[in-house]
Amino acid sequence: MSDPIKVYPSKPAKVYFYGTCLVDMFYPDAGVAGVELLEREGIQVLFPQNQTCCGQPAYTSGYHDEARAVAKAQLDLFPEDWPIVVPSGSCGGMMHKHYPALFKDTTDEVKAAGIAGRVWELTDFLLNVCHIKLEDLGEPTTVAMHTSCSARREMGVAEVGPKLLGQLKNVNLVEQVRPEECCGFGGTFAIRHPEISGAMVSEKVDALVETGTKQFVTTDCGCLVNIAGYAEKNHKPVEGQHILSFLWARTQGKGEQ
Amino acid sequence: MSSRETILQRLRNRTGGELTVPECDFSVLERPDWSTTERVERFEKMIESVHGEVHHCTEDSWMDRLAEILASRGARNLLVAKAHEIGQSLRSAGRNDLPELLIYDEPIESWQAHLFNEVDASITSTRGGIAETGSLILWPTVDEPRLMSLVAPVHIAILKATELYTTFHEAMKAQNWSSGMPTNALLISGPSKTADIEQTLAYGVHGPKELIVLIIE
Amino acid sequence: MSETAEHTDHHIDVKQFHPRAQAAIHNPKIRKNFRSAMDGLMAKRKAAFEGWDLETLRDLGANVRLRALANLPDLLEQLEKKLTENGIRVHWAVDGDEACRIVRDICKARDARTVIKGKSMVSEEMELNHYLEEQGIEALESDLGEYIVQLAGETPSHIIMPAIHKNTGEISELMHEKTGTDLSNDVEYLTASARQQLRKKFMNADVGVSGVNFAVAETGTLCLVENEGNGRMTTTVPPCHIAVTGIEKVVPSMEDVSALLALLTRSATGQHITTYFNMISGPRKAEELDGPEEVHLVLVDNGRSSIYQDDELLDTLRCIRCGACMNHCPVYTRIGGHAYGTTYPGPIGKILMPHLIGLDEGRHLPSASSLCGACGEVCPVKIPIPDLLVRLRQESVDGDKLHPAKVRGHGAKRSAIEAMIWKGWAWMHASPGVYRLGTAAASKLRALQPASAGAWTNCRTAPKLAAKTLHQRMKERDQ
Repeated sequence: MSDPIKVYPSKPAKVYFYGTCLVDMFYPDAGVAGVELLEREGIQVLFPQNQTCCGQPAYTSGYHDEARAVAKAQLDLFPEDWPIVVPSGSCGGMMHKHYPALFKDTTDEVKAAGIAGRVWELTDFLLNVCHIKLEDLGEPTTVAMHTSCSARREMGVAEVGPKLLGQLKNVNLVEQVRPEECCGFGGTFAIRHPEISGAMVSEKVDALVETGTKQFVTTDCGCLVNIAGYAEKNHKPVEGQHILSFLWARTQGKGEQ
Repeated sequence: MSSRETILQRLRNRTGGELTVPECDFSVLERPDWSTTERVERFEKMIESVHGEVHHCTEDSWMDRLAEILASRGARNLLVAKAHEIGQSLRSAGRNDLPELLIYDEPIESWQAHLFNEVDASITSTRGGIAETGSLILWPTVDEPRLMSLVAPVHIAILKATELYTTFHEAMKAQNWSSGMPTNALLISGPSKTADIEQTLAYGVHGPKELIVLIIE
Repeated sequence: MSETAEHTDHHIDVKQFHPRAQAAIHNPKIRKNFRSAMDGLMAKRKAAFEGWDLETLRDLGANVRLRALANLPDLLEQLEKKLTENGIRVHWAVDGDEACRIVRDICKARDARTVIKGKSMVSEEMELNHYLEEQGIEALESDLGEYIVQLAGETPSHIIMPAIHKNTGEISELMHEKTGTDLSNDVEYLTASARQQLRKKFMNADVGVSGVNFAVAETGTLCLVENEGNGRMTTTVPPCHIAVTGIEKVVPSMEDVSALLALLTRSATGQHITTYFNMISGPRKAEELDGPEEVHLVLVDNGRSSIYQDDELLDTLRCIRCGACMNHCPVYTRIGGHAYGTTYPGPIGKILMPHLIGLDEGRHLPSASSLCGACGEVCPVKIPIPDLLVRLRQESVDGDKLHPAKVRGHGAKRSAIEAMIWKGWAWMHASPGVYRLGTAAASKLRALQPASAGAWTNCRTAPKLAAKTLHQRMKERDQ
């Protein structure tokens, strides 16, 4: 009944990279950073060009035929038995946790389950499969980690971000109050219940600002556009980026504030 | 068709698949086999943390302690059982440092107002206790009725140290509750309390304001 | 009053969720009260489970409940048999209205004028107090939180701490106005006053009504947790005790109770155990000196047997009503219990109420969640709440080809426009070529992206489309 203990594969020669639609359209740099980080670890990265979206937006809205149709289109992208790395706790969670149920009692049931078992959130993969060792080439700076709900509860990677950031000797990691509380994105929740979502993201931004940090990082673009978007609109002194962009920049000496 | 039949039929003719009956492994409830001393310590710590009061006594000293406690509360009387040896020994002790002893031997209807308004303290036996949660096991009987441990503002309970169990699970098994329960059995784990007013703790809401345990070692 | 007449309609319109939520969000007192109360309850729960193998304990809780549910009809019959042997009279009610009539009939047979109540959420579900008042029977709440809420003419805002939305000053004013106590912020004084007021009521009540936390089939025992002692008073002092419970609350054995009790009080308020744990197995015996001469149990269905039909939805019935889910819910914390407009608020309310009132009445409930999963993470019996919310959303838009909808009121949220949007979205995203073209075009045209885009941009800037999509960047890298 308990979730099975994670068994990490040994470091593979090749992986599939599943970018996710939000990274694709809004944060491709994060996707590229993820690829670079993997390649630097000696892994060959394959990006199936036919990938689109994991189907989650329709799934959580209750439109499961549509979600299944889109998810089905992803199932044939990963024919080899390589790990599938995903720069998102949310999309990773959709594929890893929900694909088996979504395809239950269909002809794709076995294929979907096979794929679900091979999905890894990218930072988790870097830390626990590649055993990455990060060398900080940047100037001293402070950062806060925002762990998304899906990264925390669906992918079980809450400790990963802080561990990776902790490897960076010039990075001071601060923690905001109620770090485990949702930022209020929730996909279409932000649109269907904007007041509640707004109240949640407002408190999340205040919590980040209160730490004194000027920046936060996260594995999830949904949280990123939500928190950063709120901060920008309301002139709050905190900005955000995808953790992969941050890690790549810090270890490439690409300058910091 | 009666409502009973309607409901049972709906449950029996359910449309879903077969329901698996999972195994239930209760070992997670087990605690190390604490010694009597450890159990007493644990019990005391737990019940004191919720404003229960504990006194360590022997068979010879508990009555003295009881007298002190009642005197310090200015108790005018003490409700005791008729047949239980606690009540018997109190009555036959003939002490002048105890307040008036009242016996609960009439149906409540005949003296409810008196019990509710005039009785200051009561003393009952226990059927042991549970160390892990700081709980007394009470098994009200004809001789020690239910209201005895509920109405008076001060409830004193006699607990034998050797009758402390580690956990609820252990107590339940050892005393074989599965074979049958009395009209009303209960666990008492402190004086009555509430946090309903802005989560501020207040004691003595409806039950006793003070729970005093005399542990006989 | 006619047998089939509904109560007088005094219902809150559950569908008006949005304005209530909005009002709550902009009410600083609600925000502050709930934030500090929930923080406290979360911390207490965490502390109480220290030293436990919590995951294994929750597994046990889930298995105990699932085992009971798998055998539910047999267990209910066994419970009834044992209770009857013990002298407790068992009644069955298909819905809340019938349950109310059963209680009324028992009261009328005894010429009862006053009922005193221990805390019971099922009695709230039945709207028993209101019904009894209409029948000319006074129903008085004795749990301090419920008493306060009743004085205010309100409903509970939390299933464990009914008056959590009120602070001391408000309670003081309320008691002053309704019962003549002095204005005072001294909680001890207010509590002592309530004790005095309610003791008279206990002494004179004709009937005591209580809930049940666990109904044990093997011994025919009704278990009740409480801290105040009003549960004991309610079930001991009046000459007649009526217990009401949902049909799902039965467990096979006292051993099961040991597991559930360990989980219930710690999950609810962070207590290792409540002050009192009552185990009632019969009315007063001939030679006993106190206790009710009559004890009844009313088993209430009210939609539970419908939930029971479906393998996935059945998990809703595992619930032991601890309230941990709402204590950890970021939505509940910000809008409070009353905004939901339902008997049960918070996450459990969102998955349970649609079965009791229908998905049309409860149309906003399944979507009022970011699916953060904090609730499922703390549920002592591992109810997969986020999954059930997604299922109810699927039911709300009338199901799909693989799984036709079946929950009462299904399809209430299906709109032709939204359905069309998702169809278009699916077409585009299931066609890689179309997707790549579309996203590349959007990137090219990003300068035209509107700064304002509906609800999102009310308080956030819009996400910024990148100059090149990841697909394009990867293609350039020949990856």
